[in-house]
Amino acid sequence: MKQPSSIKRSRMVANAAIYVLLTVISVVWLIPFVFILLQSFRVENTWQVGYVLPKEWGIDNYTKLFTDTSFLKWYGNTLIIACANAVLQTLMVMLMSYGLSRLRFKGRKLLMNIMLILGMFPGFLTMIILYWVLKDLGLTQEGAIPGLILVYFASSGMGYYVSKGFFDTIPKSLDEAARVDGATRFQVLYKVTLPLSKPIIIYTVLTAFMAPWADYIFASYVAFGTSSGYNVAVGLYSWLTKDMINNYFTTFCAGGVCVAIPITVLFMLLQKYYVEGVTGGAVKG
Amino acid sequence: MASLTKISDLEYLKLNKFQKIICCILRFFVSIPTKFANLFKKIGRGFKTAGLAVANEFKDICLTFVNGDWKTRISFVIMGFGSIARGQIMRGILFFLFEVVFIVYTALYGVYWIGKLTFKDLTPTSTQMAVTTVAGIDIETETVVYGDNTLQIMIYGVLSILFIICFIYTWRLNIKQNKLGQQYLKSGKKLKKAKDDLKSLLDDQFHKTVLALPVLGIVIFTVVPIILMIMVAFTNYDYNHTPPTNLFEWVGLDNFNQLVTWDNGTTGFAATFGELLCWTLIWAFFATFTNYFLGMLVAMAINKKGIKLKKMWRGILVLTIAVPQFVSLLYVSKMFADNGLINNKLMDMGIISQAIPFWTNPTMARVMVILINIWVGIPYLMLITTGVLMNIPADLYESARIDGANPVQQYFKITLPYMLFVTGPYLLTSFTANMNNFNVIYLLTGGAPYTLTDGAGKTDLLITWLYRLTVTNNQYNLAAVIGIMVFIVVALISLVVYNVMPSIKNEEDFQ
Repeated sequence: MKQPSSIKRSRMVANAAIYVLLTVISVVWLIPFVFILLQSFRVENTWQVGYVLPKEWGIDNYTKLFTDTSFLKWYGNTLIIACANAVLQTLMVMLMSYGLSRLRFKGRKLLMNIMLILGMFPGFLTMIILYWVLKDLGLTQEGAIPGLILVYFASSGMGYYVSKGFFDTIPKSLDEAARVDGATRFQVLYKVTLPLSKPIIIYTVLTAFMAPWADYIFASYVAFGTSSGYNVAVGLYSWLTKDMINNYFTTFCAGGVCVAIPITVLFMLLQKYYVEGVTGGAVKG
Repeated sequence: MASLTKISDLEYLKLNKFQKIICCILRFFVSIPTKFANLFKKIGRGFKTAGLAVANEFKDICLTFVNGDWKTRISFVIMGFGSIARGQIMRGILFFLFEVVFIVYTALYGVYWIGKLTFKDLTPTSTQMAVTTVAGIDIETETVVYGDNTLQIMIYGVLSILFIICFIYTWRLNIKQNKLGQQYLKSGKKLKKAKDDLKSLLDDQFHKTVLALPVLGIVIFTVVPIILMIMVAFTNYDYNHTPPTNLFEWVGLDNFNQLVTWDNGTTGFAATFGELLCWTLIWAFFATFTNYFLGMLVAMAINKKGIKLKKMWRGILVLTIAVPQFVSLLYVSKMFADNGLINNKLMDMGIISQAIPFWTNPTMARVMVILINIWVGIPYLMLITTGVLMNIPADLYESARIDGANPVQQYFKITLPYMLFVTGPYLLTSFTANMNNFNVIYLLTGGAPYTLTDGAGKTDLLITWLYRLTVTNNQYNLAAVIGIMVFIVVALISLVVYNVMPSIKNEEDFQ
């Protein structure tokens, strides 16, 4: 059936408008990153300039970053925290969500409600007490890395929602069939559920790995004032204070690029799982 | 107007569209008192059930003692005795060991710490002067003798109380075990051996194995600190009272009183709190809904039939999620600073002669953080809504098109109701998450401009203020109060939404 030309034309106009909109959006969303990238190659290193393209190009900022500053130390700190967190937090979240989703026991609803209520307290509130406990154990300032790992993963079981949503979608009949065949609950987990859970495990590992790179609030409090315990977020933030920014702004940009590139590459590789997790988790609340 | 709320369903259907909406809203407000009454009834019923449960437990304990044999009765004092006597050696030994540890701990430490919880008769930290004579010269040395530390007392006191509660629970378990053991033996069944117990931890009792670690972590790292922080709200723990040198003490409701006393009308803690609470709610509202609708719009634009390169558009937006927020937000914040890129560029071009006060003008700063938050949030919302949008049954649109509905009508009649219905719970969680959205505010403005008292700024959320009160001002007591208030506000909003909303939601079935 041939469409009347007026409808065709109006559809074309609408599509053209959408293309324009999407192009504008893409540009707006990408501009800051392009700017950061460009400025990281700027040799003249004051920050108050009215142009984007460097007048003099060079990798001075990167050499400064790796030779004159503690950036490598911060980077290492964050990497250690991120790796440890990726393993431990995933373990906690998986255990919690599996237990709440696939097993039925007395007090299950109560446990979920309690966690819902606990989640309504601002997370930082607990930090004030935890700080003093960690300090007693020597896990602040210089010892901030193990301290932070502990803080991140210990109560991470509360973030079970997305993965519970995933486990809920695995048909119960699979479990029951295995049970009828005489499998214990542990064997059901190990032999039936685990092989099906690859997407959600990757999603959890990815988010657990990415979170420490962006955390400022806990990291700044635990490592308070001790540069060797900073993570990248706290370290780079300290370069943008009033008396540092003039000398360090372009170095900050270089640092930002160094942080962003590996994470972005990793993220792009595993994007499929991330998108699945986000969309699935939101719909189930 | 009032009569609109009392009309029957049949009459309701006769109303025109405008009247229907008014009727819905009126009904909603009229129903609030009933909803709250029901809520309180529910809470009351909860207490009643809890009371009955406790009474039943007591009854059961007494009955076990009366009906029990001598093994059971001895177990009331020596935990695990009955289990050992009936052949469940492992269980019995564990019970017994726990009791020994408990008694030793409580006698040595528990009583001491709990007794000090009143914060009375504490030894303050003092400096002692000692004079030593070395080679005929007197040398004065000062040594600091640390006395009691109120924070330490609080932490150990609470832990000791929790330990006692734990013990009472175990004691009860021990009695239950005895009762069951007695019954089993009487009816001729065999009791479980330690090997069976271990086996059942991987089978019937698998939930205990799985949940033990995460729940333990939550108890130690979330529940206990929250209890302690609630207690801090009733002390004067601030920069003048920082243990161990200066001890803090209980002050009752003084900190909460500050929230309701208005010093001179416009300044003071109460005024600042009021202002920031309002801004936090406004922020959360705009941050949630601008992102939601604009994200949905972008998702719909990308999803539209005939748009090519869908993957690329989506990829560009998703890319921005990958870059850690602190890099992009800090950069953007500096970009808009008074002497940052944007202002400099505009001045170079001669468009403006003075820097635009993006961050120094309060209203502008507030608008800016909301706008930049849109930039942060749209990629997430685009992802979330894309999934839901694709799930809307296509035949709904088909029939709408046959009925002659234009795209705008389709959006309001089909897309929006469906989206709101499916993503309702998400909207609530995202609202509360935005109330506690530390990163965006702190990295963009840090709360500035600081025109309010108590170290607060115009763009501060309660959570960033709480952070600053803790880190820079060391006013832990006020921080605790704010934390509790945030909890109350979030809990109230969630309660209202959960309890009141369904009635409205049920009415918007998709036509």
